[in-house]
Amino acid sequence: MKKLAKSKLFEVWSIIAKEHELFVPVEQEGESVNFSLWQEGEHVNLDHLKTNVSPKQIVFPQTETYLKFKTTGKKLSLENVGGKQAPYVLFGVRPCDAQSFALIDNVFLTEPVDRFYEERRNKGILVSLACSNPEETCFCQAFGITPGEAPQGVDVATWDMGTFLLWKPQTAKGESLTNQLNGVLEEALAQDEQDCQELQQDIQQKLKDLPLAKIDPKQITGDLKEIFDAKIWDEYSSRCLGCGSCTYVCPTCHCYDIRDFDGGKAGERFRCWDSCMFSEFTLMAHGNPRKTQKEKFRQRFMHKLVYYPNNNEGVYACVGCGRCMDKCPVNMNIVKVIKKLGGEKA
Amino acid sequence: MSCTCNKTADPLIPEIAVIEAIRQDTNDVTTFRVVKPAGGKCFDFMPGQCAMLSVPPTGEAIFSITSSPTEQNFMEFSIKRCGTVTEYLHQLEVGSEIGIRGPYGNHFPVESELKGKDLLFIAGGIGLAPLRSVINYIMDHRADYGKIDIVYGARSPEDLVHTKEIFENWPTRPDTNVHLTVDRPFEGWDGHVGFVPNYVKELGFHTSKVALLCGPPIMIKFVLQGLEELGFKKDQVYTTLELKMKCGVGKCGRCNIGNKYVCKDGPVFRCDELQELPDEY
Repeated sequence: MKKLAKSKLFEVWSIIAKEHELFVPVEQEGESVNFSLWQEGEHVNLDHLKTNVSPKQIVFPQTETYLKFKTTGKKLSLENVGGKQAPYVLFGVRPCDAQSFALIDNVFLTEPVDRFYEERRNKGILVSLACSNPEETCFCQAFGITPGEAPQGVDVATWDMGTFLLWKPQTAKGESLTNQLNGVLEEALAQDEQDCQELQQDIQQKLKDLPLAKIDPKQITGDLKEIFDAKIWDEYSSRCLGCGSCTYVCPTCHCYDIRDFDGGKAGERFRCWDSCMFSEFTLMAHGNPRKTQKEKFRQRFMHKLVYYPNNNEGVYACVGCGRCMDKCPVNMNIVKVIKKLGGEKA
Repeated sequence: MSCTCNKTADPLIPEIAVIEAIRQDTNDVTTFRVVKPAGGKCFDFMPGQCAMLSVPPTGEAIFSITSSPTEQNFMEFSIKRCGTVTEYLHQLEVGSEIGIRGPYGNHFPVESELKGKDLLFIAGGIGLAPLRSVINYIMDHRADYGKIDIVYGARSPEDLVHTKEIFENWPTRPDTNVHLTVDRPFEGWDGHVGFVPNYVKELGFHTSKVALLCGPPIMIKFVLQGLEELGFKKDQVYTTLELKMKCGVGKCGRCNIGNKYVCKDGPVFRCDELQELPDEY
């Protein structure tokens, strides 16, 4: 294990940024913190627990042009411009958000593999930051995530120890990054490692006292059709405005649209985030199979709690980050749905 | 100018295809024959599979492949004008280049469950498009299948597609019967009049057949009821589902029903499999 003095963070970022694009949580206005490209002078905020939008946007950009086209008379030419070229480091990712990448991997990296996404995943180095102070809206433990550790796949795990970060490479990529920073990192002492263990125990204790500590989706019983026909959907969907905020801030939502930008004789094809909450999502020329907000609302939660787990060995498509709880304008969220479906420990 | 796209394994990137011939079937249905710029069909597929056609800058849409996979020289798509992409396609001329990617989805089990069986095809309107691929595939492997009945209906005689096949070709093949119907009487039409579901019941088919259905959702619903009344079991009936699709490869989420993605796990479903899905199609 290594340690990185917080006073040397700037130095570390400068070194990383020489060979990589470096994405860090940057405070934009007031409390709005989001992952963006590091530049000297930016206000990096590693204390803020949850960025406004999850770092999903780095591996699966909100908008991505992948094809350029040109028409000349009857002729059409196409040029593939998709995929990510530069290697990058994503610094300060929380364990729930890091786990969300594994969930989206299950979608994009299964056959037929999405090459654009695959390139972004392969080109990235993930540096996580343990959550010393989980918030009231956190319930990641319901999905088997330990906020004091780093999930599998994270290249370097870090812990905030006050004046320094403890630094633990977990993969070959993480080792390689650590070697590049050898001049700045220090060796951790036995005492530091012991302090880290105490911090982890302290985090586990805090989790037990959180208001959502008893959320447990595994307590939901009933088969697909039973849950599909449950009365809850009528009751809860009546409040839903169909604004799609929950899907945009969600680290695991991955639905997208494909559209052409019309530039006359030349243009671009891009994909962009879409939402099952929107009325046009499943609209066809001859009508919409999901006619009202009830069907749309139900689709989102059925997908996360039933369909995705059925296709992925029981793993739920939620990491308990609580962003949907923070952002919903009518105070509706997956926790209420899970509770209503019986997903709470006694 | 030939295809300038970088060859890539990414399933979202189309290849160039050229429209070699256009046949106006009805007022709003046109059959497009497409080939690779160098000639020949764009890719191998099985009957029932789909392809995504691109007409930048209007966009992409998924269509079932109408021609048989046994046809090596071209692929055909019978497309009804009903949205922005189809409207644009209908304005294209012979020689126009479009984008194509695929094949997507599963297919009718022509090499397994359907082999050696008596088959009953039931199509309504443009629903004949995917079934024509299977029918012509079977005609090219005729000895492998039993007796064939084709029930096909449209709103009017003018709305019937692939008229050469339905009037001249298929009826003359061995052990093949074509039963045509139109919704109401028309001058000059001396064939059957009435809706497809009722006609199927009137014809009263033997339940040893395997049925393959394609048509508007309301027709499917009533044909299924009719077949059930005749004694057909749900595992003897196949149909295709249609949902909005964008990626075609089970990622964009649009055509998700229950645990399935229509673009990947469908569009062909056996009706006992459909029973397991939530009623959202």
